[in-house]
Amino acid sequence: MDDKKRNETYNKYVMSKIPKTKPWPSLFNSFWVGGLICVLGQGINDIYMLVFPSLSEQTAWALTLITLIFIASFLTGIGVYDQIGKFAGGGSIVPITGFSNSIASPSIEFKSEGIIYGICVKMFTIAGPVIVFGVVSSIVVGLIYWIISLF
Amino acid sequence: MQKQHTFKLKNKPKIVGSYTIVGPKEGRGNFGEYFDYVMKNDCFGEDTFEKAERKMMETAVTGVIQKAKLQPKNIDIMIAGDLLNQIVSSSYAARAFQFSFLGVYGACSTMAESLAVGSVLVDSKYCKNVVCCTGSHFSTAERQFRFPLELGNQRPPTSQWTVTGAGACVLSLEGVGPRISMVTFGRVVDWGVKDVNNMGGAMAPAVRETLLSHFQNTKTTPEDYDLILTGDLGKLGSEILIDLMDDEGVTLGVNYGDCGQMYFKREQKTLCGASGAGCCATVFNSYIIRKMLEGQYKKVLFLPTGALLSSTSTQQGDSIPCVCHAIVIEMD
Repeated sequence: MDDKKRNETYNKYVMSKIPKTKPWPSLFNSFWVGGLICVLGQGINDIYMLVFPSLSEQTAWALTLITLIFIASFLTGIGVYDQIGKFAGGGSIVPITGFSNSIASPSIEFKSEGIIYGICVKMFTIAGPVIVFGVVSSIVVGLIYWIISLF
Repeated sequence: MQKQHTFKLKNKPKIVGSYTIVGPKEGRGNFGEYFDYVMKNDCFGEDTFEKAERKMMETAVTGVIQKAKLQPKNIDIMIAGDLLNQIVSSSYAARAFQFSFLGVYGACSTMAESLAVGSVLVDSKYCKNVVCCTGSHFSTAERQFRFPLELGNQRPPTSQWTVTGAGACVLSLEGVGPRISMVTFGRVVDWGVKDVNNMGGAMAPAVRETLLSHFQNTKTTPEDYDLILTGDLGKLGSEILIDLMDDEGVTLGVNYGDCGQMYFKREQKTLCGASGAGCCATVFNSYIIRKMLEGQYKKVLFLPTGALLSSTSTQQGDSIPCVCHAIVIEMD
């Protein structure tokens, strides 16, 4: 009991000593970088629509996503994306480029363990939960939609 | 307070040679000019970082035997450790040598553990010459304990940077060098800190425990030492330690320092400083030994600390047990 109390007081004291990150500069950097990535995506989309007028909107979106994923993976490969991430935080994690980075970075890292046990197994160590939550939430939303459509 | 064991060594083994090898970032740090060898890149000519770490430790052992003006056949035993699972870097490095091998693990306190065991072996005259070696590598530790290198995430402000480097020394009764006069073996202390990004906060109570029993067992005070040097508490951890010791009525003054806090320059952006088994190993075997030989420090209390966690224990929500061993080094 005495130990428990000591640990609690100590943990509280340690928490009070931890240097705090300044929220406003971090938020500012996150938002402008994140916004810039979105503007870039929109730009790519517009260019596709302009160059290939016969494309449907859906196909253009898909092409835009593929392009963004490629750019992010490429930047990860040449060691630039982690620098952007260090600066922008959530701004470069939340867009699809961050997802691409989270798959490309373990693939590069675990290349030394071989294609199967290294790249393929470790590829989803970070992105895995995102995919699981994505699939599960889409099932839940689908069910709700189906139930509502019954009435 | 439980009593921890302090050994007063009768023959006081000497550190007759020391050698350090570090990565390029460490070479640009505050101790850069004191290291024996600075690698041009983290790969050290190998295709994986794990192999680079091995080669680093091998180089450190070969280098230290040469610097101590000995032959490999004069070495009785090598005591080494590192941070990787099953301490592979040390065992694989030991493959290249003919002498006996003893692997030790104490996380970042490994240098103290190998020095402590080595000095007892030499003092008891069971061994003539003992090599103690410890190393760590930023990239191998990062992927074992944290995230891939290229992941675009931000480090929390309390995090520390694992040092790429290895340090080795030779202990012997014959030769010239600083002497190890006392060793206090620490006990494992856990004050319930669970944040793996705050090692300093987790480890500070372990240092407090070892320091208090060391002072009690040896009847010394902080003023008796020219330098009290902790391993890798970092900026936050050493501030916490000063507070904890203050509560016990012991003042750590200007003669107190922390390897982790002093290792890197501010512009190198390592937040709370350096950590890793190689951190105190490279500072001790370069700067400290050199300054003792030059006569700047006569009596040093060296206290590396280790956080004894694994990634599994962390994921299961366990707190971090820590250990700290104390070594007293004197120069006649």
